[in-house]
Amino acid sequence: MHVPDGFLDAPTSVATGVVAAVGIGIALRGARRELDDRTAPLAGLVATFVFATQMLNFPVASGTSGHLLGGALAAVLVGPSTGLLCMAVVFLVQCLLFADGGITALGTNISLMGIVTVVVGWAVFRGAQAVLPKRVSMVAPAAAAAALVSVPVASMVFVALYAAGGTVDIPLGQLTTAMVGVHTLIGIGEAAITFLAVGSIVAVRPDLVYGARRVLAARTLQIRESVR
Amino acid sequence: MRGRVSTRAVVLGGLAVALVLAGVVSRFASSEPDGLTKVSEDHGFAGAGKQHDGLVAYGGMSGLVGAVVVLAIVAVAVHLLRRRRATEDSEPEREPESV
Repeated sequence: MHVPDGFLDAPTSVATGVVAAVGIGIALRGARRELDDRTAPLAGLVATFVFATQMLNFPVASGTSGHLLGGALAAVLVGPSTGLLCMAVVFLVQCLLFADGGITALGTNISLMGIVTVVVGWAVFRGAQAVLPKRVSMVAPAAAAAALVSVPVASMVFVALYAAGGTVDIPLGQLTTAMVGVHTLIGIGEAAITFLAVGSIVAVRPDLVYGARRVLAARTLQIRESVR
Repeated sequence: MRGRVSTRAVVLGGLAVALVLAGVVSRFASSEPDGLTKVSEDHGFAGAGKQHDGLVAYGGMSGLVGAVVVLAIVAVAVHLLRRRRATEDSEPEREPESV
């Protein structure tokens, strides 16, 4: 969903640039709380994995491909603030080194594929955790649900940005249907990759997964009570 | 804890997977346009997009180069953020990680 230069007008690009800057500022403060001996080693891995996986376009419909965005994955593994910083670095490197995503659209891309997927992903993940049984085995399914929802929501936010500052006048109804339709399919791929990645780490070291902490804490308490 | 995999093993194993994905598997990725690109072509606003020159061209080893650059930036950022946190909190006893 990398937006190139020229899709959105200057005021919209400036506005998303401000949103991205504020988001990164908040994340820098939040990450200092999240980064402990468990999350810190994982942050580099998460960013590298998201960068690598964003190169893996999978076919979704006739003549169309999609790739992982990764915000839900990053938020669950290292926390939403650290996750957003990881995403921002990925988009910065893609934009400057590989011209993937426009320079004036960097703020748009960080907002759209970083802030939106991290915030929506983290909210859906916490919501799913509240509903699902409090077990470590439920962390990966909750992360998959978060990933599934995050992609079409990001595509809706793109449509909203396009409605505000799209440079070519096109019917917005058709744009919405097309964007949400294809990104719902991409969301299924996003959910599968997120399930596998989060599930793999939860299987070997659930304590390293930021999103598993509450469940692990609850489990420890239960064990202590039953021992008594 | 019984047979606990070390943090180092998890991180190095994960990085190995990521580098193989970026360096090898990426060559087999679909070359069809992605969701937004296709929609922009179908709905007549693809022409508004302008391409700038990147410092590196995608292809060959570029995936590996990008992955290593991303890893380096995040590693440095995490180190700086944690150093600041440590000075601000100035907590003398931190739980040592048994890796």
